[in-house]
Amino acid sequence: MIEFAEASKLALNLILSLDADILEIVILSLKVSVFALIIACIIGFSLGSLLASNKFYGRGVILIIINSLMALPPVVVGLVVYMALSKSGPLGWLNILYTPSAMIVAQSIIITPIVLALSRQVIEDIHNEYYDYFKSLNLTKFQIVKSLIWDARYSLITVSLAGFGRGIAEVGAVIIVGGNINHFTRVMTTSIALETSMGNLPFALALGIILLLISLSVNALVMALNLTSKKYAFG
Amino acid sequence: MHSDRIKQIFINLELKPDNSFLPLKTENLSYFIDEKEIISDLNINIFSDEITIIMGPNGAGKSIFLKLLNGIIKPTSGNILWNKRKDFSFFSGRQALVFQKPILLRRSVAANLDFIHNLTNIKAKYDQDQLLKIVDLLNKKNQPARLLSFGEQQRLSLIRALLFRPSLVMLDEPTANLDPASTKIIEDIIVSLKEFGIKIIFVTHNILQAKRLADEVIFFDKGKLIEHKNAKEFFTNPSSKQVSKYLNGIL
Repeated sequence: MIEFAEASKLALNLILSLDADILEIVILSLKVSVFALIIACIIGFSLGSLLASNKFYGRGVILIIINSLMALPPVVVGLVVYMALSKSGPLGWLNILYTPSAMIVAQSIIITPIVLALSRQVIEDIHNEYYDYFKSLNLTKFQIVKSLIWDARYSLITVSLAGFGRGIAEVGAVIIVGGNINHFTRVMTTSIALETSMGNLPFALALGIILLLISLSVNALVMALNLTSKKYAFG
Repeated sequence: MHSDRIKQIFINLELKPDNSFLPLKTENLSYFIDEKEIISDLNINIFSDEITIIMGPNGAGKSIFLKLLNGIIKPTSGNILWNKRKDFSFFSGRQALVFQKPILLRRSVAANLDFIHNLTNIKAKYDQDQLLKIVDLLNKKNQPARLLSFGEQQRLSLIRALLFRPSLVMLDEPTANLDPASTKIIEDIIVSLKEFGIKIIFVTHNILQAKRLADEVIFFDKGKLIEHKNAKEFFTNPSSKQVSKYLNGIL
């Protein structure tokens, strides 16, 4: 208990003194997850709106696969991306294994099914509501998708924040494809794992507190957005 | 608002009457949902360029008929001919359909109007305030459309339809469950549209309203055409049992 109290005190000191190593790790973590999120949103929103606004043979099977991919084990993603990016792998020529780029690829693969599945559901609800009206206006597919994404914007921000939360808290895949290299591919989760195993509890705890604060902020933002959209009946 | 004032707003909106799509003819028009026949072998000729009211008991197929005309759903069999052509887009005007339950975008009142104006590719700005004044919604311009009362939503739906610059306006029970003030605003606009030369097809259950507005009446029952007459004759001299019962509140 004394050790925990001491570690907490040291951790708070590290945070408040804006320790350079901690800052570097936090900034890299945010960069990797934000880039991964941008990729996931571009793919997820566009495919999600197309799936939401089109009925075709085999759609049900695709939805089941996408929903299942939401629970994709990160270590399996890490392993597959590692094999694909290693020298002998099909994408070895990219030469990005053990770089932040590889970590972005892995996180994108983990986040995309979440963003895709949730955005499909959100957009489909609005599409069902608008269906007759849009049909009566004889809109093009592009006009429909554009309008649906715009009108679902509050919910889609919530969806993207859920994806971000999943990405930033992930450890299994990034440690495999990033290698946890100091000052290069070390992010918060991989650092916590490493520093804990080395007994550097204050450092691990400081990162843990920051990770928790980020998670809390994301959730607070989600709640605020939900309340705002309900208040103004946009959502 | 005075009818001349409303018509001036139509002119400012560049609303252009064009009835070249008439006569509207349906040939053996049928529509099935699963095995159930909703519209049955319908043959109608609409020549009137004024207000055609469609009446009939619940489940008669009135709303489905409007959706078929609007192209939201495709007939199971038969044809809809607009001046001998199957494609309404051949004609210069557009069709606008006002639904019984308003479908408004999750945006502000102003943004709902702008959405339609932008679809028309008319570069010139329109006077939004003037348009909102007709339906007494100017003070709600920046409010979310879905927070309006039902009557306000329906009034917004109607002026939004006008921004589509239609030559044919179809309305599916637009005043059902509305208070008298909202009903009057909507009826005034409908009458002004008719006087301006815009064709109106209007579904209603309200017999008094039909008497006030109709130039001709089409009566459906169970998906079949029962009567199609000018309004005066329809109300004074119905030739079918169904219409007599309906007008006497029995059907």
